[in-house]
Amino acid sequence: MAETKAPAARPLSPHLQIYRPTLTMMMSIVHRITGFGLYFGTLLLAWWFIAAAGPNGYARFEWFIGSWIGRLILLGYTWALIHHMLGGIRHLIWDTGRGLGPVEREWLVAANLIGSIVITFILWVIGLLAMGGSV
Amino acid sequence: MSGSPHIRTPLARVRGFGTAKSGTAHFWHQRVTAIANIPLTIAAVIILITLLGRNQAAAAQILGSPAIAIIMLLFLTSITIHMRIGMAVIIEDYVHDESAKLALLMANTFFTIVVGLAAAYGILKLSFGL
Repeated sequence: MAETKAPAARPLSPHLQIYRPTLTMMMSIVHRITGFGLYFGTLLLAWWFIAAAGPNGYARFEWFIGSWIGRLILLGYTWALIHHMLGGIRHLIWDTGRGLGPVEREWLVAANLIGSIVITFILWVIGLLAMGGSV
Repeated sequence: MSGSPHIRTPLARVRGFGTAKSGTAHFWHQRVTAIANIPLTIAAVIILITLLGRNQAAAAQILGSPAIAIIMLLFLTSITIHMRIGMAVIIEDYVHDESAKLALLMANTFFTIVVGLAAAYGILKLSFGL
């Protein structure tokens, strides 16, 4: 221990490139990405609500939301809302210290992914059929 | 500690001043708004899909009706608070340049307030028929 050398350049902490991808990791990333997307999705809401005041403005909005890209964005926005909501519930469960075991956590993220698709589909069916909207 | 002329540690320098008493405020607000967002999101998604295929008069009537307008205003309030905190976390995670970080955090606050108030204005205008 006589001589002290300057420490070699070492990685500060392991990050994504070190770990093998897991479902919980991917779902954590998707939670952040959906949150990021939803942030800008509020622009669509603001446009929608302001445009609803007059026929000319609403015609422009309807042209956009009625196009296939508009429908895709709205479908993506609603799916991201539901996915982020279920991911939030998962995190609230984890906040209590429950569901962190090796079996439960995998079950929770799988339920998050499948649930987001199923619930989005159900809400679109309710919105379109029961509430009288139309595609 | 590197380069500090003081022999006192950073801990010693702040000890005795007390805490800011707000260390968990963002953590807590993120969870309160998360819980509020659960029912509001489900309602908002159904309302939005219901508007599809309806003309402007019908959309304006639905969005301006008391129950729907109040749900949408609550939804907008809760999500904008939630997304301001969430985006601040993303900025703090990835932007390490101090001035860029401050600029983005400020832009985050401005964006969430502008988009939230603009959308709320749209709802209120329909409600009050101005």
